Amino acid sequence: MNEQPLFKDGVVGDRMNRVDGRLKVTGAAQYSAEYQLPGLVHGFLVGSTIAKGRIKSIDTKAAERAPGVLAVITHVNSIKVPGFANRSQPDEPPTAGQPLRVFHDEKILFNDQPIAIVVADTLERARYAAGLVKTQYEADQHATNFNAHMDRAKVPAQAKKNPKSPQADHDRGQVDGYKTAPVKLEMEYVIPTEMHNPMELQSIIAHWEAPDKLTVYDKVQAVKGTQRAFAKDWGIPEQNVKVIATFVGGAFGNGLHNWPHETAAIIAAKTVNRPVKLVLTREQMFTMVGYRPYTWQRIGIGATPDGKLVGITHEATGQTSTYEDFTESTVQQTRMMYQSPNISTRYRILPLDISTPIWMRGPGEATGAFALESAMDELAHALNLDPMEFRLRNYTDTDPDNGKPWSTKYLKECYQMGAERIGWKNRQMQPGTNKQGDWLVGYGMGVGTFGANRGSAKAGARMLANGTVVLQSATTDIGPGTGTVMVQLAADALGMPPEKVRFELGNSLFPDAPSQGGSATVNTVGSAVVAACAALKEKLYQLAGSTFSAAKPADIVIKGTQLSLANNASAKVAYADLIKQNNGQEVAVVTESKPGNERQKYSMYSFSVHFVEVHVHQLTGEVRVKKMVACADAGTIVNHKTAGNQMLGGAVGGIGMALTEGAMIDDRFGRYVTKDLADYHVPVHADAPAIEVAFVDKPDLIVDPMGTKGIGEIAIIGAAPAIANAVFNATGKRIRELPITPDKLI
Amino acid sequence: MNQFQYVRPSKPKAAIDARAKDQNSQFIAGGTNLLDLMKRGVMNPERLIDISRLPLDKLERENNTFRIGSMALNATVADDKQVLEKLPLLAQALNAGASAQLRNMATIGGNMLQRTRCPYFYDTALPCNKREPGSGCGALEGYNRMHAIFGFSDKCIAVHPSDMSVALVALDATVLVSGPKGDRRIPFGELHRLPGDMPQKDTTLEPGELITAVEVPEGPFTKNVHYLKVRERASYAFALVSVAAALQLENNIIKDARLAMGGVAHKPWRLTEAEKSLVGKPATEATFQAAAAIAMQGAKAFKHNAYKLKLGPNAIVQALKNATNVA
Repeated sequence: MNEQPLFKDGVVGDRMNRVDGRLKVTGAAQYSAEYQLPGLVHGFLVGSTIAKGRIKSIDTKAAERAPGVLAVITHVNSIKVPGFANRSQPDEPPTAGQPLRVFHDEKILFNDQPIAIVVADTLERARYAAGLVKTQYEADQHATNFNAHMDRAKVPAQAKKNPKSPQADHDRGQVDGYKTAPVKLEMEYVIPTEMHNPMELQSIIAHWEAPDKLTVYDKVQAVKGTQRAFAKDWGIPEQNVKVIATFVGGAFGNGLHNWPHETAAIIAAKTVNRPVKLVLTREQMFTMVGYRPYTWQRIGIGATPDGKLVGITHEATGQTSTYEDFTESTVQQTRMMYQSPNISTRYRILPLDISTPIWMRGPGEATGAFALESAMDELAHALNLDPMEFRLRNYTDTDPDNGKPWSTKYLKECYQMGAERIGWKNRQMQPGTNKQGDWLVGYGMGVGTFGANRGSAKAGARMLANGTVVLQSATTDIGPGTGTVMVQLAADALGMPPEKVRFELGNSLFPDAPSQGGSATVNTVGSAVVAACAALKEKLYQLAGSTFSAAKPADIVIKGTQLSLANNASAKVAYADLIKQNNGQEVAVVTESKPGNERQKYSMYSFSVHFVEVHVHQLTGEVRVKKMVACADAGTIVNHKTAGNQMLGGAVGGIGMALTEGAMIDDRFGRYVTKDLADYHVPVHADAPAIEVAFVDKPDLIVDPMGTKGIGEIAIIGAAPAIANAVFNATGKRIRELPITPDKLI
Repeated sequence: MNQFQYVRPSKPKAAIDARAKDQNSQFIAGGTNLLDLMKRGVMNPERLIDISRLPLDKLERENNTFRIGSMALNATVADDKQVLEKLPLLAQALNAGASAQLRNMATIGGNMLQRTRCPYFYDTALPCNKREPGSGCGALEGYNRMHAIFGFSDKCIAVHPSDMSVALVALDATVLVSGPKGDRRIPFGELHRLPGDMPQKDTTLEPGELITAVEVPEGPFTKNVHYLKVRERASYAFALVSVAAALQLENNIIKDARLAMGGVAHKPWRLTEAEKSLVGKPATEATFQAAAAIAMQGAKAFKHNAYKLKLGPNAIVQALKNATNVA
């Protein structure tokens, strides 16, 4: 293991502005719905109005006759998607079951399921004609009420197959060992369905450039995964599918699955033989493109009177659809966060007549942390211990789940930084005793953790004749600033100024990279970029022959179009000569970078702590988050500005999770009744207080050569329980069902 | 969204004629509500009569009365110096509504004619007597967290969403209307109606009538006023409950009082009995609590909105406290 980080004296760590910032603020950045293609026409989806049953008849005549309409496609007349015959598990995400086969048959599996697409020359005409489609149903009794059907919860398929999966039943020590503790508590927690609503709506332009050549401009987090899925669907070679996602206007997990509307647009484009653009409406974002599942949890937790944990039992059941098993790692952190001799975890999924959920930032860990970190706070209160002190008494220096050492863990540093910044010493042990006028003041904290994951990825590097180095990898940038940090990493790896480095992403023709999810992009793609830069220097070194033979490839200094050596400026060569040497070709490499066997030896996680101060109005029950401090042990911080932005966004997401977000379904109709941003509340600017971000910023050189660990998920995990705990400290009221709205506090 | 015609008459008379002639027409001003409803297929006018450029946007003040043109923008009125000085309750209520972007588009006339935000009204796949008379009230046995506790019927339990209207009803405003049969004046409290058997009818306006202005008398309520809006986030959310409170104090004795609530009924809900109970009493929390108890008489809750029975009186007490700086 290297003791020193890879980068010194370079731009890694700088608060460098986003390389695409100007494009974004000037509107020059092109998002998937913004490509202008000759002959482009518009699609609009018609959704079912029942939750379960069959389409008896669908009358499209009036829609077909409407002005500008080119086609109305339903299960009756849709071209058959070859892959539907044996479509099973998609490449990503690895859920069991079968993704919805849009327009395949008359079956209705959830309310607002796409049952027709109208294609017209303008969006308005398509939308108008969509309103003319008349459908008769044969409805079956649907099941959408979670509580009414809890008895149907099941062990997920992959947990049955693999007893080591985080979803499998797990016991360490005694089953339900918490029950033997002198002080013990049992609580139930509920988080509601939370809807994906990134600013950019789900959108796609599908274009068949030839009968067997498809290009899609698509809002996705996996250009390669999407390429593979559509190639399989249409029975064409992968290289015949081009997926473009150069800019993505926020995704948070929303783009980690291929949804029915994407295939609907591709079918439509093939039918009318023109490029078809389909942008979902905001209301459709609530019904067919994934969400954080409603999850019921039960915690049993016990400790000795001096605050040593005896056991934790953590059960969780999350909703899923009837056609796909969506699972997440809701109970996983309970196995490793605190030292405890007895741990039991149970995870179930409950199939209902709703569309399939998908990961939402922090995914299951954020859901699980709400239960675990609330329970820790509840037990600390029962023990009359400061909740931070209680956590410190159960701190663990090795992973109690597997006995392995942590690759790095600077959680104690996070506690200290956060406690200082929030003014933890002002917290009153007795809830409800700190008042400012009509407002009750409370402080709370919550811990988050997420695996520091690294996968395999490829990156290409090409040095242009003008001395610029262009790197490419088929990753995406859904907002964290991926493009920017890759430029920083490459600039330092090459020893070049960032202005001379370009990074290109969001294209399935580029070297293979995994989906952008699980906080793993910098670890994975960054490693590939660094490796590609080294390989490029190696190739330049070889081409230079005897000129540099006394030195190492890493000693090469690139200045403009001149190459020289760090310790010997007289040894130099013009890049033009190396191009000649390279048969007239610009020097280019493609490298693959993979993790080693470090996972067998170490446990690797990022950690975060959120500290909050809330004010709760005594009479109206309104909660105002007054201050928030987000501390993270996320390894090397490549860019303090973009990393800080991620922490800020995660903290605001946590405010939404804790205080405002929750989708309501009317079970009589199996239909959501909070379907726009007026009824479904995400926090507005006025809800976001001053948020302070603090990073430990120490490298973890076991995870990857840059020392990074990942930020995206831990930015939100633990934020919601921190707020709930602060509300308890302010009011003495423990709200175990989110969101904490005023009605629950008066 | 259906296909529609669009006309933009240059005189109020022409707009009224166009509207009277065509039952399936609608006036459009800021469009902040109507366009949403059209896109969702809730309202399907065949003709839009754009009144936004009619010369009805003046804000005048004479004989101790403000006359605010119906086409004046919410933002303009809320920021007007004289309104801030003489009608601070109205300014507060306006600023509590929507967001800055919407207030820059929305007009005073449009604000009072907002349709309810009931989710059953907004979704054409669900029953709603207001949208489709006879289809049933989805909210009655459904998701009724935001719904009425006063004045509802078994046909409709929706609430009127405007904040501004709550202040205007408290301030004894008068709506000025021009129609095919001439001009008339409607006391603000009579503009909106209770649902009864005709929830499809929000107001007492006759077909073709156009609101030209609203008149607000300058009262003694320039200092001890407060518009309290309790909502689920700090801005851009409809009220769970809101309270417009205005008091005239002399040596801490209440000489005159105005009180109204929003988010509780199909119309802005004036609390006359509670007002009467305040007059002559000292401005203390006990006085406010007694008034709040009177205000809530007759309130009835549904499955999801029982919290309003407690939040309502709490909000009244807090609004009165804020209006009088009673700690």
